Formats: sequence, structure tokens, C-alpha cells
Amino acid sequence: MLGSGGGNGEDIRPAYQAFRQWLDRQPENRVSRKSEQAENFFRKIGITFNVYGEDEADERLIPFDVVPRVLSGNEWRKLSKGIEQRVRAINAFLHDIYHRQEILRAGRIPQSLIANNDAFLPKMMGFDPPGGIYTHIIGTDIVRTGPDEFYVLEDNARTPSGVSYMLENREIMLQMFPELFAEIPICEVSDYPSWLRRSLSACAPPACMGRPTVAVLTPGTYNSAYFEHSFIADQMGAELIEGSDLRVVDGRVAMRTTQGYKPVDVIYRRIDDDFLDPLNFNPDSMLGVPGIYDVYRAGGVTIANAPGTGIADDKALYSYMPDIVEFYTGERPLLQNVPTWRCSEPDQLAEVLDRLEELVVKEVHGSGGYGMLIGPAASKAEIEEFRAKLKAKPDGYIAQPTLALSTVPIYTEQGLAPRHVDFRPFVLMAPNSIDIVPGGLTRVAMNEGSLVVNSSQGGGTKDTWVLDD
Amino acid sequence: MLGKTASGLFWMFRYLERAESTARLLDAGFRIALTRAGSSRSEWESVLTTTGQLQGFRQRHGEATSTTVMEYLLSDRSNPASIISMVKAARDNARAVRIALTREVWEATNESWMTLDKLLSGRIPEADLPDTLTTIRQQNALVRGATNGTMLRNDGYNFLRLGTFVERADNTARILDVKYYLLLPSISQVGSTLDIKQWETILRSVSALRSYTWLHGATVNPRDIAQFLILHEQMPRSLAFCYNKICDNLGYLEKDYDNRTQACEMADSIRTDYLGRSMEMIFDDGLHEYIEDFLASNSRLAKQITADYSFEVTA
Repeated sequence: MLGSGGGNGEDIRPAYQAFRQWLDRQPENRVSRKSEQAENFFRKIGITFNVYGEDEADERLIPFDVVPRVLSGNEWRKLSKGIEQRVRAINAFLHDIYHRQEILRAGRIPQSLIANNDAFLPKMMGFDPPGGIYTHIIGTDIVRTGPDEFYVLEDNARTPSGVSYMLENREIMLQMFPELFAEIPICEVSDYPSWLRRSLSACAPPACMGRPTVAVLTPGTYNSAYFEHSFIADQMGAELIEGSDLRVVDGRVAMRTTQGYKPVDVIYRRIDDDFLDPLNFNPDSMLGVPGIYDVYRAGGVTIANAPGTGIADDKALYSYMPDIVEFYTGERPLLQNVPTWRCSEPDQLAEVLDRLEELVVKEVHGSGGYGMLIGPAASKAEIEEFRAKLKAKPDGYIAQPTLALSTVPIYTEQGLAPRHVDFRPFVLMAPNSIDIVPGGLTRVAMNEGSLVVNSSQGGGTKDTWVLDD
Repeated sequence: MLGKTASGLFWMFRYLERAESTARLLDAGFRIALTRAGSSRSEWESVLTTTGQLQGFRQRHGEATSTTVMEYLLSDRSNPASIISMVKAARDNARAVRIALTREVWEATNESWMTLDKLLSGRIPEADLPDTLTTIRQQNALVRGATNGTMLRNDGYNFLRLGTFVERADNTARILDVKYYLLLPSISQVGSTLDIKQWETILRSVSALRSYTWLHGATVNPRDIAQFLILHEQMPRSLAFCYNKICDNLGYLEKDYDNRTQACEMADSIRTDYLGRSMEMIFDDGLHEYIEDFLASNSRLAKQITADYSFEVTA
């Protein structure tokens, strides 16, 4: 609602006008009372996440903020065009990198970045996934620095999570403040599950006969995102399976039903590549299905997202994304990349070491906000610790400036207060379509001044509105 | 449906049923303790025996008193057979089969867990016990009501009903197993106050005192009670009622899957063998042996269902 200028309320973005007017009309305690009810609602429906390393019975709530984040129709159209372009390029890149590797031949990205990368799966070479789709689901993390400046922070091309929060946050807003949705034209997000089912079904494998059987593969009830796995399966009417429910029978992947083993056509897996198949990948995996990868290569099952997509969202490759977009689409990228120093290159490393106090340093293979240095917020000791790490293993890191991120208001006991946010729309890709539900997951750093929005680090979420204007 | 899901539904409802049954037993035991404080110890021990908890209890506590038994069976989280542990087990199963439940059933189960988790978190003063036990039964009724009102009558429903009635038959039979001597015509001293109280306790522990009175008037006698709990087809906790439901639900599965499993055969023959007799025949052959054999057959049926519908991975 407030621009990057700060919290004086003078530069309210136009998209927020209608919400602001509504808020000003509310009786004093209504919003804070509702805000408390929200927590009970989430507990009741069980929308919790488990925290790694803590008691497995500990299911925590992600804080929810009642003030929605609002994007105008124009902003959304611009953003979604840019995302579509980027996602198209990512899929083309994956096809290329697992076939002729034209981009390497053209010298647009260095060979070593692929060859020495754990996220690159040589086993995928020369294989065409059903429908030519590698990334059925992508969650593109976006940050905003000014009225028309959107940056892509990360392309989550493996198993992006958070879509259940997009849906449930909307659900609770509808329950708490139904009149808002009558007064303000807000795009619906509830189509997501049926779109997901449709686009997964469109990628059924050659062996599929008739209506595809779709299933969500989860590591199990102790996984931190278990709620989301069951939620998505439930919403799209798919089975929720674990590795122990599956085995390879007659060249198909089959699930153990009450009437014996029945083939599964499309598996939306929420486990990492490494754990998919103990025969082909990590032999210690208890989560996967022995032989599933061989069935996949033979056209007996579709795995979504395809194994090996992690090479596209690897942080070491991130800085090359503008080149990748140009190379495959022949167009200028519509969305900007955050300027990035590659610590693997000596002169860039020197500059990073020089400016550690003002930069964000990320581990190339890290995720979830762990293994990260935020220079301006770090102590001297933390900075020195990272300096040592960088010197020891420079190619394990990249560095970025701390962008002057825009803020949006959250509801606090003292009234509205600005907080930093990021935004993850969810993109569905099928052979002849790319669908982006108008909305997404807005994560917010609940602590004043904080830039870390990850739920494992004290981040919260809020509803995201795309105005139908 | 997935074998794992069928198993989760079956066990979720077994746990709910057992938790409720334990609450009824505690309620009945508590009444005896209130009215006849002197001889309440043996009553508490019989509650522990009925729930199969006497040994576990003795390892942790000395004498069976209202306080110790209540704590052990109600709120002791280290005892897997306490009500709080079973409600949690039901909720964990529900969470694992979340997609096979309606939102209403899941929310009722989850809320029931949250309510009882809070209610049973500290020491419960004796004066609060009746209210606590009422809340447990009410929470259970909410889950049952949501299930009844919103679930699709498909195979999943059949499995959860099978869990309910296999467990209920087991619980009723266990109550009979512990109290059978009170029901034997030869030993009972008809009309003594002591026995009437004991018989009432049996009826209370299956929440059937009122319905028994409705059917038989004020004359409480052991033969009628035994008949009521074993053969009466309208009494919702009788063995006959449970087996009618079990056979019905296995029958729906047989039709649905077009497959008559061994479990279907077994349930039918248990019904014929044990519930197709008269009360006189049962007494003549020995009530105690009858109940022991029934309990064993019932648990064999549960194993057969597990095998026939692929609840678990087999080599």
C-alpha cells in the first residue's frame, strides 16, 4: 500500500484505494478481533507445517496477516507476461541442456557450470519427457523495488511449495470479510486445483489408457509440507501416495489398492530427485520407488516435475538467466534479474569481499533461507565467518545487493506498519498452454526491518489480490 | 482406493471407538467408586482388566484408586491406551488419510484432538471428572455426526464402519469377559442390592441402562442382560448388532469390488456360529468359553480384513 518511500502514508498505491476506504470505515476492534480468529481457523483446518529438527509432533502455524497485498490488473498483466516468457525459456533450456546443448556450444554459458553441477542429471540426456514438458509447475519468486520494477529473485523449478497458502488465505479472507469481495473486483484463485489436474493430465505417458490416474507423491506425514501435499491431492481429486504404496508391476508404476496393484499414469512428486529411485539415484532412499526411473524412460509413467529440472533454478546459473531468456526466445527479457556477483570469478569475488557489509551472500545450493548472510543485518563475527567461507570455497556462493525492497503494510497492535515482502505466483505448463492463476503466495517478514520471508525463519503470509480492472 | 488409506480409516475409527468405550468404563467405574467407596478397588481393577491395562498399570502405580486409574487411562501420554493417546492416534490416522475424509470430518477430528489435548493437559480434579468424560463423548459424537452426515457411502465408508464395529464387538465382549461371573444364573443371588449395582454398572459401561429399562422394565436380571448385550439386534453395542453391520459392510465391498473375499466368508460364519444360537445354548456350553472364543474369532477377522484388502505391504 505504501511505496518504498516509507510509512508516512502519503504515497498510497492506487490499487489499494478501495481497500483503504473499506478499512477506514471499520469499527475500531473489528479487524483486530478477526485477526485473532484467523489463527483459530488455521489451527482448526490443520494448515500447519512441521519444523525440521524439532519434535516431530510439533506442528506450527505460519503467521497470517489480514491486510491483503494488492496488484492492479495492469501490473499483473505485465508481470504475468514476463513470467510466461521466462518459464518458456526455462523449459527450452532444459530440453536443450539434456539434448544438443546448443547454448554451451554457442558459449553463452560456461561448460563447467553444467558439468560440475550436482543438479545436472546425466541420466536425463537424450530423453523426451511426455508432452515435452519438464517444468509442469514453477513458482517464480518476485520482488518489487519501485512502481514498475519487478525483479525475479529465484525460479523454483523443482517442487515449489506454498500454493495451499494462496488458496487457504483467500478462503479465510472470504470467511472473515465477505463484503470486501462484493465491493472490490478481485480475480478468483480457486481454479488452481482443476487447472493443475488438467495440465498434469495433458502430460500423460504413452502407456496411459483412457482417463489418466493422477497421484501426489509425498515423503509422508512427518514432512514439513505434508499439509500442502494432502490439500492439493484432495482439491484435485488425486490419490496421495508414499513410496511404500508403489512398486513396479509389468512395466508400470502401480499403487497398492484394496483391489490389488493398479497403474498410476502421472505422479506429481513432492520429493527430491535424489530420493525418487534408490536403484537409479540415492541408494539409501526410503522414500522412493525402486525402478521408477526406468519405467519413466520407457514411457510408462510421467514424473512432474521431470527429474533434473533443478539445473534451471540453480543459483550458480541464475546470473545467466537474462542470456538464457534471450537465447531461446529471441526477445529481451521482460523481467529483470537481480544483479549478481559470481564469486567463482576472481575479480567479482574480490569486490564481494570488499563490500560484504552491504551485500547478501547466498549458498549456491542452499534453500529455505538457511546458509545466507545479510550483510547490513549481520554482526562483525558473522561477516568474518562468511569471509572465511567465501575464500575457502568461492564457487559455492553468489552475492547480491540488498535491494531497496518495497514494503506493504501489515496489521499490528499499533496500527498498520510497513514490512518487506516477496511474491510467488504459480505457473502451470502443459504442451499447449501456460496458465498462471491471478494471485500467488505473498510472504512477509513479520519482524520490523527484516528481509527474510521464509516460514522457517519467522516469515508470515497474506492474501494476494489481483484486481479485475 | 489405496490399501494404506483403507487401513487408516479402519484404524482411525477403531481408536475413536476404543477411546469412547474407555470413557464409558471410567464413567461406570467412577459411579461405583462414589457409591461404594469401600469396595471400589476391585471395580477399578476390573476396568483395568477390561481395557487390557492391568499389567501396564501395575508397573507404574501401586494401588488402583480413582485418582491413579483415572490418570492412567485418561491423560497419561506415555500410556498408548490412555484416552488422550488414542484420540491422538485417531487424529494422526485422520491426518494420514486426510484426502479420504470430508472437510467436516477432518475438522471435527482435529478440533476434538485440540479440545481434549487442552482439557487433559493437567491434573483433573475428581469433581471435574463427570464433565470431562461428557466432553470426551460429545467430541466423539461430533466426529460421528460429521461422518454420518457428509461422507460418501463408498468403500472408504465401509472400511471405517468395519473398524468401528470390529472394535465395538471387541469392547463389548471384553466387558462380558470380565463380568461374566455376575451373569451366570447359578452364582447370582437374585435380588441382592450388591448384584443389582454390579449389573447396573455393566449396563452403564455400554450406555444402555435406560434402553434396557425401556425394554425390560425395572426387573434387572442377569440372563436378560446377557441376552441384551449378546443377541439383541436393536441394541447398538450388542455383538449381534456389530456383526450385522460387519456383514453388511463386507457385503457392500463384495458387491462393489465384485469379489467375495475370505473375510466375507469368515464374518458370515462368525455370525452364524456365535449369534445364531439361543441364550440357553450359550449358557449350557459355558458363557466364559463362548466369550473367549468369540474374542479370538473377532481378532482373526480383523487380520483377515487387513490381508484381503491390502492394508499392508506384503512381499
